[in-house]
Amino acid sequence: MLLRNWIKPAVFALMAMISASALAEELLVAAASDLSFVLPEINKAFETNHPGVSVKVSLGSSGNFYAQIQNGAPYQVFMSADEKYPRDLIARGNALADSYNVYGTGRIALWTMKPEVNLSSGLSGLTDVRVAKIAIANPAHAPYGRAAEAAFKKQGVWEALQPKLVYGENISQTAQFVQTGNVDVGVVAMSLVLSPKMRGVGRWAEISSALYPALVQAAVVTKAGENSAIARDFVKFLDTAEARDLLQKYGFRDTK
Amino acid sequence: MTWLGLPAPLWQALILSIELATVTTVVLMLVGIPLAHWLNTTRFFGRSFLEVIISLPIVLPPTVIGFYLLVTFAPQTPLGQLWQAVFGHGLTFSFAGLVVGSVLYSFPFAVQPYQAALRSVPKELVEAAAAMGATSWQVTRHLRLRWARAGIFAGSGLAFAHTMGEFGVVLMLGGNLEGKTRVSSIALYDLTQALEFEQAYRYAAVLLAVSMLILIMVSLLQKHLEIKQPTM
Repeated sequence: MLLRNWIKPAVFALMAMISASALAEELLVAAASDLSFVLPEINKAFETNHPGVSVKVSLGSSGNFYAQIQNGAPYQVFMSADEKYPRDLIARGNALADSYNVYGTGRIALWTMKPEVNLSSGLSGLTDVRVAKIAIANPAHAPYGRAAEAAFKKQGVWEALQPKLVYGENISQTAQFVQTGNVDVGVVAMSLVLSPKMRGVGRWAEISSALYPALVQAAVVTKAGENSAIARDFVKFLDTAEARDLLQKYGFRDTK
Repeated sequence: MTWLGLPAPLWQALILSIELATVTTVVLMLVGIPLAHWLNTTRFFGRSFLEVIISLPIVLPPTVIGFYLLVTFAPQTPLGQLWQAVFGHGLTFSFAGLVVGSVLYSFPFAVQPYQAALRSVPKELVEAAAAMGATSWQVTRHLRLRWARAGIFAGSGLAFAHTMGEFGVVLMLGGNLEGKTRVSSIALYDLTQALEFEQAYRYAAVLLAVSMLILIMVSLLQKHLEIKQPTM
């Protein structure tokens, strides 16, 4: 009997919770992991302007999302660290051409937790014997990894650094290798080192943007978001002063 | 050099997976068989608790094992420094590190069958052997291990197969180094990430065939061992 007494209210509470979440309109966003810190703030601003909307974010590597969206993933908005993926989705009819929106360019930085690592001489300093392990994102599929590889090559240290390199699955794992001290230094997104969580943790030095091709980042409404006004609004919202300020605060270069 | 339309590094990754599974299985046999015997016979009060700990990897996400190893064996930690002193390099991003992760990850898959197999050795036989003056080493070698060999083989085969399929632990600690930590599951993941679907299809088919082959071989060999098992 005692058991029955609480089952009814529990079921009611559960139903109330389910119906409440059904009332809020959900927006599914697939976002490159360099957005992991700025996106919650952008979402908060967006949700304030759009009461009743709840933005659900999945973070991961742009290439992975590209493949998933190609194969019918339910994300309505795709924010990619490399504009080639949204472009390609548009070309294949899996995203809406008129929604394509460049929201900034990414910057890269050297980041270290080790006091003995000298960042003042830039990439040439990485050949120092005290730097044993260097993490970069995997250039095979991570845009930030490609930028790191390009910068190392331009600086002429790519060959010399080969034995020291380890590869993160995406830019977040690369940062995690640095933060846990498993590597001496890593090439990470500025958006990670500038986040409130990471600020003051370790030391960083930006890598000159002259050393690598621009990391043009773009958002697009996917086929799954075709009929969602909210999805279109969200991508347009990235052009507002409010969103652009946030993106710049987190180290994305404004392109407008 | 390509074979079946797959370049050499992909075959290298497959060989690395087999190497990792082999080394892991050998370590598990060396550690697991004595441990299983001890667990079966001990009156140690913490035995049940220990058995729970050993079973944990069955339900624990492999990423948890990977994460704990990543933070506890980082170079600045005491464990990391101890590892560095013994092996001359860090645990993370090394083959030896993957072996440690895989041994933990496959532990219950070997130890539980070992325990069951060793438990099946009839007590009367052990007692009779002891009464006839067999030393405890002779009882272990000629009776226990011989009687339990099909079960030991089954556990080892399971651990081998489980390690071949490992992904989460390696993803967390490997650093994706060709020839060192890029095992076949990671290589396939890379292919899909780089949108090389043509190669991914081929490679996945190869991995499927190899996995089936391993399981068929394990089950055939196990049957072979069971037939020869002494009967009462």
